[in-house]
Amino acid sequence: MTLTEDPATTAVEKEVGKARRRKEDARLITGRTTWTDNMVLPGMLHMSVVRSPVAHGKISSIDVSAAKAAPGVVAVFTGRDIADEQGSIPCAWPVTPDMVNPGHPSLAVDEVNHVGEGVAVIIARSRAAAADAIELVDVDYEPLPPVLDMEEAVKADADLCHDHTQSNTSYHFVFDAGEAGTGTDTEQAFADAEVVVSRRFVNQRLIPAFMEPRSVVVQPQGDNYTMWSATQVPHILRVMLASVTGVPEHKLRVIAPDVGGGFGGKLQVNPEEVIALLVARRLGKPVKWTETRSESLMTAHHGRDQIQYVDIASDREGNVKALRVRLLADMGAYLRLITPGVPALGAFMFPAIYKFPAYRFECDGVFTNKVPTDAYRGAGRPEATFAIERIMDELAVELGMDPLELRRKNWIQAQEFPFTTVAGLEYDSGDYETATQQALELIGYDELREEQRRRRESNDPVQLGIGFSTFTEMCGLAPSRVLGSLSFGAGGWEHAAIRMLPTGKVEVVTGSTPHGQGHETAWSQLVADALGVPFEDVEVLHGDTAIATKGLDTYGSRSLVVGGTAVVKAAEKVIAKARKVAAHLLEANEDDLEFADGRFSVRGTPGASLAIQEIALAVFAAHDYPEGIEPSIDADATFDPVNFSFPHGTHICAMEVDTDTGFVKIRKYACVDDVGTIVNPLIVEGQVHGGLAQGIAQALYEEAVYDADGNLTTGTFVDYLVPSAADLPHFDTGNTVHEAPGNPIGAKGVGEAGCIASTPAVVNAALDAVRHLGVSDIRMPLTPERVWRAIHQGGDGGDRAAAGTNAYGGASTESTTGVSTPASSLGGDR
Amino acid sequence: MIPAAFEYVRPTTVDEAVQAVAEGGEDVKIMAGGQSLIPVMRLRLAAPETVVDLGRVAEMRGVRDEGDALVIGAMTTHAEVVTDPLIAQHAKLIAEATETVADRQTRRRGTFGGALAHADPAGDLPAVALALDAQMVIAGPSGRRTVPASEFFVDYLTTTLDEGEVLVEIRVPKLAGDWGVRYEKFNRVAQAWSIVAVAAAVRRENGHIAEARIGLTNMGPTPLRASATEAALAGAAASPDAVAQAARSAAEGTSPSSDLNAQADYREHLAQVLTRRAVATAAGL
Ligand SMILES: Cc1cc2nc3c(=O)[nH]c(=O)nc-3n(C[C@H](O)[C@H](O)[C@H](O)COP(=O)(O)OP(=O)(O)OC[C@H]3O[C@@H](n4cnc5c(N)ncnc54)[C@H](O)[C@@H]3O)c2cc1C
Repeated sequence: MTLTEDPATTAVEKEVGKARRRKEDARLITGRTTWTDNMVLPGMLHMSVVRSPVAHGKISSIDVSAAKAAPGVVAVFTGRDIADEQGSIPCAWPVTPDMVNPGHPSLAVDEVNHVGEGVAVIIARSRAAAADAIELVDVDYEPLPPVLDMEEAVKADADLCHDHTQSNTSYHFVFDAGEAGTGTDTEQAFADAEVVVSRRFVNQRLIPAFMEPRSVVVQPQGDNYTMWSATQVPHILRVMLASVTGVPEHKLRVIAPDVGGGFGGKLQVNPEEVIALLVARRLGKPVKWTETRSESLMTAHHGRDQIQYVDIASDREGNVKALRVRLLADMGAYLRLITPGVPALGAFMFPAIYKFPAYRFECDGVFTNKVPTDAYRGAGRPEATFAIERIMDELAVELGMDPLELRRKNWIQAQEFPFTTVAGLEYDSGDYETATQQALELIGYDELREEQRRRRESNDPVQLGIGFSTFTEMCGLAPSRVLGSLSFGAGGWEHAAIRMLPTGKVEVVTGSTPHGQGHETAWSQLVADALGVPFEDVEVLHGDTAIATKGLDTYGSRSLVVGGTAVVKAAEKVIAKARKVAAHLLEANEDDLEFADGRFSVRGTPGASLAIQEIALAVFAAHDYPEGIEPSIDADATFDPVNFSFPHGTHICAMEVDTDTGFVKIRKYACVDDVGTIVNPLIVEGQVHGGLAQGIAQALYEEAVYDADGNLTTGTFVDYLVPSAADLPHFDTGNTVHEAPGNPIGAKGVGEAGCIASTPAVVNAALDAVRHLGVSDIRMPLTPERVWRAIHQGGDGGDRAAAGTNAYGGASTESTTGVSTPASSLGGDR
Repeated sequence: MIPAAFEYVRPTTVDEAVQAVAEGGEDVKIMAGGQSLIPVMRLRLAAPETVVDLGRVAEMRGVRDEGDALVIGAMTTHAEVVTDPLIAQHAKLIAEATETVADRQTRRRGTFGGALAHADPAGDLPAVALALDAQMVIAGPSGRRTVPASEFFVDYLTTTLDEGEVLVEIRVPKLAGDWGVRYEKFNRVAQAWSIVAVAAAVRRENGHIAEARIGLTNMGPTPLRASATEAALAGAAASPDAVAQAARSAAEGTSPSSDLNAQADYREHLAQVLTRRAVATAAGL
């Protein structure tokens, strides 16, 4: 210790950039918090849902008398009973003016359109009584042919999913760069091209599989209603429920308490939320519904599910000339909140980081008798990234070029930013070359290539492959004007407020509702730096429409970029207001005040200073403040970005393929992501790891499989394979930092990066391992069986058998109605 | 995911257990670790009137040495099996296979006897019991009987256990001589059930394979022995070529199912590859 003060060491350490442990984790991990299902209210009733076991059929009769008479049952409502009140689950994204929306009742009235669709609800005094009565409801269905295969569904004479529509096509969305003026004529470019490669890729259906099941509690108080829901979007939910049910918005308060994950799966207005509100209104009693895991997998919206026809044109030297994408996108049976918008959002990402002169995108949204699709981590961008990064490899093979060389030849150079792409997006900043170089070093590229060569030469049963994905994504959803131009039903701004408490503590109110991301920690870091207050003195409030009155919630890697910026802007306003008070109290001119490390000091007058906390107290007392201003330094801000942000990165996967069994194993995985300014490296790395796990899971493990009758056979985690840490490799992660010019933080967004980038890197790596054996595609997920078939029988590995595994006595075929089935006698000891 | 209501009984001796089963009404289920039973009850694939919980029957737990055989109590948990010194010494194949079962939590509760009585075709332990010629000791209202593993597994999720009978313990003959063992399990993620697995025990004598016992998991509704391969290996040279040659007939006489993890022909292929690998490792090649 020295007595002389060194200014360099006394300066307050910046919070932004510190790997702070997350404030919220202790309570989240130990369960010392209130999850929605923990809520117990006096007189609370429990709701269970009777669900359709058939994928498509007319409801010919429902007999609820036995269920009504069951012990503990208070009421039973069918779709018919609430038909006049339930409206339609809203769809906020009519991507084309003539999009067909067949309407989405919360409870089916006349017809069921997917297995698991609700046909009646039971309201009982206990959760067990509600569950027991399900099998007492007797429903007769007149089966209709299920529509399950998109390529069949769009044929002229196809069976219809909804008989009151003309076809199974909901909409036809086109983006043509030539017509938009952002590119040249695509057809001409293909006609003139020296090389054209065409592929059909299947981007399979996935299940978000969030950890906390969906849950909702509604409490009526007079004509007011409070809803607690495990939702990502309490603010959107409130507006939408008001418009669907007619409960006025100001009479409805929605609270998302701590929420255990979502991945987009809780970016929804769920039928059960609507029904719970209607039931609470009818009965005047609190009602709770919490789904079972089976219900969750079967009825919470799914993601992805596209068939992608992709054509790429280039010259012999590998300069890309045009890209053409045609999609069939599975909507499932109905349009939910942003079902049709997901592939449309993806439309702008297919050209990726490459300088295509011409681009055309067409998408058909197709109805099938499956649960609706909607947002799932990445929402449209993973699908696009998969297609482009796969076809770049195919083109490289066709040209006999190194896949990285081809990419390098065509990607946007660092000095070309900002760069307007053929899809009309203005990419903000980045350097693809530097990220790539770093990633190559991280993975030890040259040694791996050498090992690959050795294994090939020795005909080793275990082959090695290396796959790339040099990706970008659009984040920070979203500029409201752009959303308007895409016919989205809302804006993309975010709101924040800062409340300076008399003791100097700070409350930050954010409209961006977290569900596991760590907003409380990151926002505290931002505010600690902006206001010069201790990290620990900041409390972040969220998720209650009565507290965080304005907001658009969390999705699309928007929270930090848009919501964090609103916080920073609110802090700037706090300082501006405090400055006036400080000037008054210090008897100085405002312009002579300097604000640093939480203190206003008068320039040139040592000792004359006031901390922001002192000002907060002074304003609270309000004994002495300037004339003509309000006695408050609280402030709020609404931030609407003018552009998206564009994180990018290079992901490299090294994959071992056991050619005897088809088993694939990731040997090494390295990625270097540019997510702009990093507020908290620990959170960023966590987001990257989680994203990688999900992206790898799409490549290798996860797939929602329906059988020929439309039953979901991946109905439990025995068959819907979510990998654990034990199944994933060590991740070598790194970052380059190019600040986003569009927000004062410089952040680009990281929530989806790993999930978007990794899938094609993994598939490309597997293909690179076995391409010399004649394999040019393998369908995802790369089950050992598919890989083995592709190697030994040709083709892409084909369809999987639809039957679930026999473990648990075929538990995956659980009857959706909860009734005993002939299989009920299964067990070990017959 | 809430089971239907049921009566619950918790006996403390085998006799009490047999009696409780007899008195439990129409549909009684015995519960061991509950790791298979509780899921099927929660999914309402089973809705028993009474559940007889064997968790307090101390005499059914633990491993003892009876000279030429080990006797494993049916209620011995997977976790206990994995760490038991007698099993490590005389029946290592059981420990090796049990280590691949599920995850730590499940192994803490699931039992050896429960896994055999459940007779899940994807379960790992039935094929091992079959390969080791284990004997099932069964108690019922009319006394005890002993059934060899080869007769115990009858069909999909079905054993010779009659209504009212309890599997009490399992006698496993010790392997005498120079035996090597290997459980080769094939699944897609850690902690998952077997798509196919092969249990192999190989006795070597003078550079030859004197005897091989091979149990197949999930190659039909019941566990099976790879008899053709066993026959081909008897007396064969302990060489990779001979093993590979013999393993080619591993799928003979099997009738595997087709599901989303594997269609039947791929399972047959896997059986051959895994048999080759299991036997080679067991034979020290
Ligand atoms: C997540 C998970 C993963 C798993 N993965 C695997 C795996 O990879 N491999 C594997 O082999 N197993 C796996 N299992 C199953 C596990 O091994 C079970 O413990 C085992 O199958 C059943 O044992 P139990 O003691 O739990 O039996 P229980 O579930 O209690 O009983 C199973 C059946 O056997 C009957 N029964 C049990 N004991 C007796 C007895 N003494 N006499 C007569 N009848 C009896 C019951 O009535 C019931 O029908 C998994 C289980 C879980 C939950």
